[in-house]
Amino acid sequence: MRQPVLEVEGLTKHFPIRGGFFGGSAATVRAVDGVSFSVERGRSLGLVGESGCGKTTTAKLILKLEEPTSGVIRFEGRELNGLDAAGVRGYRRGVQAVFQDPFASLNPRMRVDAIIAEPLVTHEKLPSAEVRKRVEKLLDVVGLARRSATLFPHEFSGGQRQRIAIARALSLEPKLIVLDEPVSALDVSIRAQILNLLTDLQTQLGLSYLFIAHDLAAVAHMSQQVAVMYLGKIVELGDAAEISMDPKHPYTQALFAAALPAHPDEARDEIVVAGEVPSPIAPPPGCHFHPRCPFAMPRCSSEPPKLLTVGGRTIACHLYDGGSSPDIPSVR
Amino acid sequence: MTDSPPLLEITDLSTHYVSSRGTRVTRAVQDVSFTLNAGDTLGIVGESGSGKTTLALSILKILPPAARIVSGRIRFEGENLVTKPAHEMRRIRGKKIAMILQDPLASLNPLFTVGDQVSEPMRVHEGTSRRTAWDKARALLRAVRIPAPEARVREYPHQMSGGMRQRIVGAIAISCEPRLLIADEPTTSLDLTIQAQYLQLLGDLQRAHGLALIFITHNLGIVAKMCKQVAVMYGGRIVETGPVRTIFSNPQHPYTMALLDSIPRLTKSRDRLTAIDGQPPDPAALPPGCSFHPRCTKVMDRCRDEEPADVAIAAGHRARCWLHADNGVAQSVPFKAKA
Repeated sequence: MRQPVLEVEGLTKHFPIRGGFFGGSAATVRAVDGVSFSVERGRSLGLVGESGCGKTTTAKLILKLEEPTSGVIRFEGRELNGLDAAGVRGYRRGVQAVFQDPFASLNPRMRVDAIIAEPLVTHEKLPSAEVRKRVEKLLDVVGLARRSATLFPHEFSGGQRQRIAIARALSLEPKLIVLDEPVSALDVSIRAQILNLLTDLQTQLGLSYLFIAHDLAAVAHMSQQVAVMYLGKIVELGDAAEISMDPKHPYTQALFAAALPAHPDEARDEIVVAGEVPSPIAPPPGCHFHPRCPFAMPRCSSEPPKLLTVGGRTIACHLYDGGSSPDIPSVR
Repeated sequence: MTDSPPLLEITDLSTHYVSSRGTRVTRAVQDVSFTLNAGDTLGIVGESGSGKTTLALSILKILPPAARIVSGRIRFEGENLVTKPAHEMRRIRGKKIAMILQDPLASLNPLFTVGDQVSEPMRVHEGTSRRTAWDKARALLRAVRIPAPEARVREYPHQMSGGMRQRIVGAIAISCEPRLLIADEPTTSLDLTIQAQYLQLLGDLQRAHGLALIFITHNLGIVAKMCKQVAVMYGGRIVETGPVRTIFSNPQHPYTMALLDSIPRLTKSRDRLTAIDGQPPDPAALPPGCSFHPRCTKVMDRCRDEEPADVAIAAGHRARCWLHADNGVAQSVPFKAKA
């Protein structure tokens, strides 16, 4: 068992909706509702789910851009709650992020060297010659020419901008990088370049990734472990290859069945789930997926399923807590 | 089947954007030819700047003011649309050729009810009375699987989810029973399970109405799932076209091969993806010769300055690449051969 870099236990974030006559809390959005997972050193955890499932809120909580309502985040064995100011600064150094849109995440008025050096300047007191050396090295690492340092972001293509964002994320030698849809905004022929770069960096630098994306094939390619989220909860978590070959939770099955084939001959059962993701303000009682689930049983609408360990993976579904192996069809 | 003329036949179409002083010309679409039979599905794949959207806009002649169709023919039901005057084009758009755009929120008017918008094409094109058109609108909403259509028909776009809005755009598109539906990235803004629902709906509508469908997309998965024919665009040209199975199993253009190789697959795990070096070209400054040559792993000397001809590889399978120049079939009639 590898050592976890990041452990998350019962992580919960509720957003109050203001309303009513006295501006009190009218309702709460349970954006993230008791989520637990861990990211091992040098490995990747993929987080998948549709919009509103809470994957971006989870990323924000881990980046300390939001404070959790409850739950525990442990980084290298130390609980985040108990950290003093210096500890929090250290945590922020150790956990960096690359966002979806490199057109929005880079300041258009800063030159590339200033963008990449900004975390260095903030966190370390370094002489400017040393900063310049570090920036040049980072540009080499992400495959950009050194003369890029004096240019502005608008002089680069999407793929190159994403390289700049990656260089910035690497500048403080982090342990964990949160990748929130890092290739979705890029042209198809560029995506493989960036995914390969991320793979190489992981091997060279021993980085851990939390890889958030809706492209299931990309997530399965990049991650050793996958967590599938639905309405704020993890419904299935386990080995990436096993889940993509044999998804067990009905929602995971529907999600992977909805993934587009890579070849017209690729056999795929048409499991098209009806309906849409319900509002997280008033999620259905019991299992949140039961109104759309083709295998829903009476208890699913009243009793929220607990996370169970089935054959090395974690599943939250009543189909699997009867003890015997359930008789449900597999997607592939 | 073989005797009836194709529904849509595009021959050597070129659409250019010209700057206001006429000094800069962007060849967004260059020498594009393809045919589409009634009821068939064609996928047009390309990256940003490849000219796929300009091609779609050219068919409907809804190009921005700077763009001109500089040459070529667009024959639809035997008539050349390029020379059609504006008032005649207006009778074709929405009636015989309909279009679905990427962003449903931008294509619906926020100030009118869904019923108004779904019934509008029928009232304009067919002179249907308001009452009848609204009755048909309810039936159309049911056909695109909007729950409780009687209530929804009086609602406004902001009251609906993204998937529902895109289905309403679909209902508007099929309201006058068009022969051809052009869908430009129709599911890019939708979630995965909603995308699956929408693609299934489009397939059902196509079978029910005998629609010909053109899918414009960057997503090869949609092509694999939905289309019979595919045309791969790069730098304004169709670089390879053919039946979907042939193109996916036996691609002949290095760009198509590289594109198919660069995509992660669920069914095949690999340590590394095969990346394509470089980036898609700026359509305003295309490289000389073959536009793909700076990124091509099989580049030869002649690729750098000579434009490759459109060569037939097999029946219905064509590629623009010097690797296939010696196949000889199209040598005598470069650029003119029909797909």
